[in-house]
Amino acid sequence: MLSPVILLPAVLNGLMTGAIYALVALGLTLIYGVLHIINFAHGALLTAAMFAVFFAYRLFGLDPYVAAIFLTPLFFMLGYGLQRFIIGPAAHGEDRNMLLVTLGLAVVIENSLLYVFRADTRTINLPYAFDVVEVGPAFLAVPRVIAFIVVFAVALSLGLIMRWTDTGKAIRAVAKEKLGAELAGIDVAHIYAITFGLGTACLAIAACLLIPTYYISPHAGNAFVLIAFTIVVLGGMGSVAGALIGGLFVGVVESLSGYYLGESLGQISIFVMFILVLLVRPSGLFGERA
Amino acid sequence: MSRQCLPVSRRRFLQSTALGAAATAAGFLPETALLRAQAASVKIGVLHPVSGALSYSGQQGRIGAVMAIEEINAAGGIKALGGAKIEAMLGDAQSTPEGGNAEVEKMNAAGVAAIVGGYASSICLSASQTAARYDLPYVVDVGVVDSIVTRGLKNTFRFGPGFGVIAQTALDNLVTLNDHAGKPAKTVMVIHEDSAFGSGLAKLLNSQLPERGFHILETIPHPTPTRDFNNVVLKIKAQNPDLVIPANYYNEYVLLARTMQQQRVRPQGIYSVLGGAASSYKFVKEFPEAAQYIMDCNHWFDPKNPKALALKNKIEEKNEFYTYEVYMNYSCVLLLADAIERAAGTDRAKIIAALASSTFAGHVMPYGPTRFVDGQNQGAAPVNTQVLSNDIQVIFPATFASAKPVFPMPRT
Repeated sequence: MLSPVILLPAVLNGLMTGAIYALVALGLTLIYGVLHIINFAHGALLTAAMFAVFFAYRLFGLDPYVAAIFLTPLFFMLGYGLQRFIIGPAAHGEDRNMLLVTLGLAVVIENSLLYVFRADTRTINLPYAFDVVEVGPAFLAVPRVIAFIVVFAVALSLGLIMRWTDTGKAIRAVAKEKLGAELAGIDVAHIYAITFGLGTACLAIAACLLIPTYYISPHAGNAFVLIAFTIVVLGGMGSVAGALIGGLFVGVVESLSGYYLGESLGQISIFVMFILVLLVRPSGLFGERA
Repeated sequence: MSRQCLPVSRRRFLQSTALGAAATAAGFLPETALLRAQAASVKIGVLHPVSGALSYSGQQGRIGAVMAIEEINAAGGIKALGGAKIEAMLGDAQSTPEGGNAEVEKMNAAGVAAIVGGYASSICLSASQTAARYDLPYVVDVGVVDSIVTRGLKNTFRFGPGFGVIAQTALDNLVTLNDHAGKPAKTVMVIHEDSAFGSGLAKLLNSQLPERGFHILETIPHPTPTRDFNNVVLKIKAQNPDLVIPANYYNEYVLLARTMQQQRVRPQGIYSVLGGAASSYKFVKEFPEAAQYIMDCNHWFDPKNPKALALKNKIEEKNEFYTYEVYMNYSCVLLLADAIERAAGTDRAKIIAALASSTFAGHVMPYGPTRFVDGQNQGAAPVNTQVLSNDIQVIFPATFASAKPVFPMPRT
């Protein structure tokens, strides 16, 4: 059972899946790090993005990877608008209200999708979906390898934006000290909205990477967000590196436990890990001590 | 009461009869249209899960039923009722038993003479029971669970084979197949979906296969839907069984077969019982390489019946796939129409009696003349098929076989 012929493919598969988890968690952790709210609408927005990719393919024949070019800015604007014109104003400056508004948004988005598209499961078939790359004894599906590479590129560019650009500096300033940033002339409402937009844009990319090997239904996004919450806690709230490494780690754990415990039980170990992290190291692997 | 409430006013009546007479005189209306005007139509409920998880199968079933009704009407309708046309009342069970029940209630209220369909075992079970309350004849199209016909419902008739018969045939044929090839297969892995159908089958295989000389290495359940079979296929790779037996629905079946192909896992044979995609022309057309050599024990038309082949051409001309849902529903509607013909009316008790005494042989299945005992057609049996060079061939029983089985499958 422990032969490398089996173990290596299982670990590599886990890394591929983990990369997508990491991308979803990246958006979540970014929003948490700056706005200090847990975005409950994350899953619903991911589902909405998946439907957008699906219909871009069905109606316009756009390959999911091409669709990413259009959908990423579109979802950035959607996220910006949501925060600027709905969540922000409705919250009246209280974090607790923001949390409730995102919860409400999630309910509205999910049920609208359910109403319009019914509970049907949809998939798209791409000619390259079952092409493989050989890595030793493992055969890796091409779309998952692409996803893995893209996630690293996205994480890297997000890290660079945060480090070197004025907007990135402003985001970090708001995250650290909101009042101070405001006094220094930073438009906090604008920065909040930009952060929310970046988080939502991550979801659009994740959706494009997922569709070639996954299915779409009005609840598809929730499965990822539950895991993304675990990753954010594991990696440390607000940490980009933490989300990336946490995501990969969770992917491998899920794959190995799925292999040894069976498909129906595979996810148990993720949540066991979640509880353990909360007990032993509540600030997460890369989080600052509270 | 004002006069306007009357459904047909005197003036309107005069107008229409005058028009009708004029049209007949001028020869505008074909003869059949006049017949329709004379004989009341017979309403039949056609119930399928055309939305939700089972929508593909449900839509296929509807195609078969509607085609049979069109053919009967084109051939002059129900002759015992003066050429009355059959009118289909289409219902959507929405892939749930509750959805099926709601449609049966609606159909009963609309005064249908009988209902055909259901597709999934769970829908058939509840819909036939609801129909029983109104003594409404119910012809089950597919639903294989044995309890459908063992509840003592007088209104329920199943034209196709039940699970017990199918599993028995499948196991007998597997042993024959293996013996003929010199017993190359000794070890087996069962991959099944974890609801009633897959789990039931897995349980049966686990008790029956060891008695017949097979060793079961592992039984792997998975939920529906599952979108990643990499772990399952890795397990198959690690254990390297001679035979893989999948028991799951269409999407998962296709994904499993494609992942096995992708990971280059090739056992001696893939043998399924009611395999979701194993004997589907859609699967063979879309993924010919993954489908090659897969064997199945499933519902199948009589390949030597010219009527079955004519129907196949007709369906394929419409760019649809000739799946078992199509020809089973087609046959069920013909069976029901024959019963209505013999009952010479739409009296529900008479139709039930006519179905119970049916010897109908004009269907397209390899069952011979129909004979119901407690609602189960005794001649109903599955056949074994194998995907061979982009087509599906019958390999068992010998009387219907169109090709010799290729087992173990060549390792190329």
